[in-house]
Amino acid sequence: MTASNIQLDEQGRLKHFLSIEGLPQGLLLEILSTTEGFAPVGRRPVKKVPLLRGKTIVNLFFEPSTRTRITFELAAKRLSADVLTLNIGDSSTRKGESLLDTLRNLEAMHCDMLVIRHDCSGAAHFIASHVCSEVRVINAGDGRHAHPTQAMLDMFTIRRAKSDFAALCVAIVGDIAHSRVARSDIHALKTLGTREVRVIGPRTLIPPEIETLGVHVYHDLKSGLQDVDAIIMLRLQNERMQGALLPSAREFFDLYGLTEERLAVAKPDAIVLHPGPINRGVEIDSQVANGPRSVILQQVSYGIAVRMAVMSMVMSSAAKPEPH
Amino acid sequence: MALLITNGRVIDPAKGFDEVTDLYVSARNIKSIGKAPQGFRPERIIDASHRVVSPGFVDLSARLGGGGAEHGATIVSETQAAAHAGITTLCCPPDTTPVLDIPAVAELIHRRAQLAGLAKVRCLGALTRGLGGEQLAEMYALKAIGCVGVSNAGRAVYNTEVMRRALEYAGTCGLPVVLQPEDYWLGRLGHMHEGSVSTRLGIPGIPATAETVALSRDLLLVEQTGVRTHFARLSTAKAVELLAQAQAQGLPVSADVTIHHLHLTHDAIGDFDSMCSVRPPFRTAADRKALRAAVARGVIAAICSDHQPHDVDAKTAPFGATEPGVSALELLLPLTLELVRGHVLDLSTAIGAITCRAARVLGMQAGTLEIGASADVCVFDPERKWTVTEDTLLSAGKNSPFLGRELVGKVTHTVVGGQVVFDEEVNAPAAP
Amino acid sequence: MNLDSAEIGSLLERMAQGLTEALAGTGRMDPLVVGIHTGGVWIAQRLQERLVLSDPLGSLNIAFYRDDFSRLGMHPSVKPSNLPFDIDGRHVILVDDILYTGRTVRAALNEIFDYGRPASVTLAVLVDRCQRELPIRADVVGTTLTLAHGEHIKLSGPDPLRLITHKAA
Repeated sequence: MTASNIQLDEQGRLKHFLSIEGLPQGLLLEILSTTEGFAPVGRRPVKKVPLLRGKTIVNLFFEPSTRTRITFELAAKRLSADVLTLNIGDSSTRKGESLLDTLRNLEAMHCDMLVIRHDCSGAAHFIASHVCSEVRVINAGDGRHAHPTQAMLDMFTIRRAKSDFAALCVAIVGDIAHSRVARSDIHALKTLGTREVRVIGPRTLIPPEIETLGVHVYHDLKSGLQDVDAIIMLRLQNERMQGALLPSAREFFDLYGLTEERLAVAKPDAIVLHPGPINRGVEIDSQVANGPRSVILQQVSYGIAVRMAVMSMVMSSAAKPEPH
Repeated sequence: MALLITNGRVIDPAKGFDEVTDLYVSARNIKSIGKAPQGFRPERIIDASHRVVSPGFVDLSARLGGGGAEHGATIVSETQAAAHAGITTLCCPPDTTPVLDIPAVAELIHRRAQLAGLAKVRCLGALTRGLGGEQLAEMYALKAIGCVGVSNAGRAVYNTEVMRRALEYAGTCGLPVVLQPEDYWLGRLGHMHEGSVSTRLGIPGIPATAETVALSRDLLLVEQTGVRTHFARLSTAKAVELLAQAQAQGLPVSADVTIHHLHLTHDAIGDFDSMCSVRPPFRTAADRKALRAAVARGVIAAICSDHQPHDVDAKTAPFGATEPGVSALELLLPLTLELVRGHVLDLSTAIGAITCRAARVLGMQAGTLEIGASADVCVFDPERKWTVTEDTLLSAGKNSPFLGRELVGKVTHTVVGGQVVFDEEVNAPAAP
Repeated sequence: MNLDSAEIGSLLERMAQGLTEALAGTGRMDPLVVGIHTGGVWIAQRLQERLVLSDPLGSLNIAFYRDDFSRLGMHPSVKPSNLPFDIDGRHVILVDDILYTGRTVRAALNEIFDYGRPASVTLAVLVDRCQRELPIRADVVGTTLTLAHGEHIKLSGPDPLRLITHKAA
């Protein structure tokens, strides 16, 4: 009943990129170093390399998203692939075609890679386990479960600023319970050997038994931020205020909003990350968001290079040596 | 017919009987055990050497599929699977389509089951109209048509006043009440047990308190009303504890557990295996341990299949979007025997949990090999190995987490009312 | 056949001289040196020193321009490409250690052209194996070598530089 790791092929190469969980440290490091190779492409006059020329990549977005969609589109285009985006957010399609039928139709059109974003945890695994062997699947976010490309760009950003994970204490702040970014970040930080990983939030937003993932739980922001090297702030969605989890955005900011004053208890060279889009005055105040320790805009620019790296590595596993 | 089942290990937990001997059936009833009745001339002899001869199994919860579909599960296909599984009496919960809240629906089910002639189907009527939890169903009419009890079928009755009155009314009608305890608000968003696995997978969870809060509430109402109540499909250690306390107090309460909950925990979900999507959810190893101990001690009287046949589409989607439920009829015997082999239960307790003690819960005349009782008998080979595949399951539902697994224990013959309704040499599914 | 660092040193002298003559002859002034990772960069560094040029050294990782992605997938990355200058209108000296089939040079040319439009490209290689599969020819060659069937040659470095022939497995 437990699936073997469907992300890796028999040679241990990355076949699908669905979650950080289950990937060895070496593979994560390979993603980071491959990203280094792609990072300069966006600054050249010709912002393209021909690596995936002629490949067809489909963005299957069952959940609306502008920024993730744009970065995946740009990444695919900068690899010279043909990309198209299907926004299947509206109810008519949902009630009609099943996920499996949508998949079969795309296979019939000979697509090489699917980038999936869906509101059900496990959707990317589902697609990957039903797709035919030639197609590659990348998870652009499934429910609360995983957002592995975001985690890798967070890791790339941290490494660029800090270099050695083993020396770091990293805190993730906010709505951990509903966050796929938090789960993937935790797995990535742990796998890369981070010294200590903390989650900080109100009890209503911390999922049960999260210590089993190897993190320390804090409900008080200031104690949680003591001497940390990097802070990942999570987005707080409006729905949380409706669901008896929080009374108001103001109270959240009063308890957990990142201000200069609270940031002061972290290390003096601590960096601040955020997956975006930022809710100013809810998770973070403008001074910090615009300040010298914020690496939020770097995250955005690295996001394209990380996705280029992941797409290339995943497509690379489809390589078929010619018979001699 | 005059039937002789010879040389089998006859086990009747109701009587504490366990001996290798012969069983005699005449017309529709059990005529004798051990000694041939005078002038008995068997029309058919079943050689049960190296087999166990037990009362036909009594399953307190088995769904028989949607009404009227040409493909998919039907009363015929599912009672056929029940016969294959040695189940001679099964209880159908009221969450049918349409809901079993009027006698006509029960009558239709009885008629279809009778026509198929493969297993006895007993209906549980709805506790409230439409299972909506607001108005009482016509329980007396349901009893008159033959319902053996009334139930909420797992749908929450969140109006406590309604629950109290429904218990009192069922008591007035002399119907036992079957309640599957789940608090609507605590459970409504979840798809699996709330714990370390749901946290890792990012799937909304159903906390243990969803069961225990509802159970506590209902136990207090039972205390107030004194109505005979059976708590169905317990899944938590805490519920076992609460139930044991209530029984010690003398409350008229009993409970059952599904066979799958005695085997699987939330770890079985692995990487989003939708075959393990069930309600109540599979919980922790500690819960499973407490459930097993409760069956061994008798706090939980019965084991049921809670059979829920689904077609392929219902389970082919991301976990949270699938229909909960497992195809379980044909797994009941081998998984129960596995508990015996694992020294969790002795054979008599195990068989008793799926025969006489299950029947007793609802006051049904079934599950024993009493002389004069209806000849509902199961002959099974406790050592037979078989692999669970889509071909070896007769049920239209192939949604089993045990697909591909080899199990031990297979029914060779099933007799209902003196008629052989399953004979592996005649009716067996195609070999894998 | 193996070459040690002293022998390579004299080849490099010959190449530097050859380049000076070739560039002067064609009027290619103020050139940029770009080496192809990894061996080509080691050679390019030494040529850069001998030619006494002021612009920084450029390096190309042609991993994303190879023609064998469908067959072999992606190689584990070497250092990323770095051309710390504006290519437009400049004369480029492209340097590699070994010219074999010519495909690496083809990829390098494609990559250079994605950075800008050079005025010219002069190709300098340490070793020409004379087994080209594309119409690509080096302008300056350290030495030519014919290898037996199944033999390969590799430059080890960065210091000392050695050229080693070995039989493939």
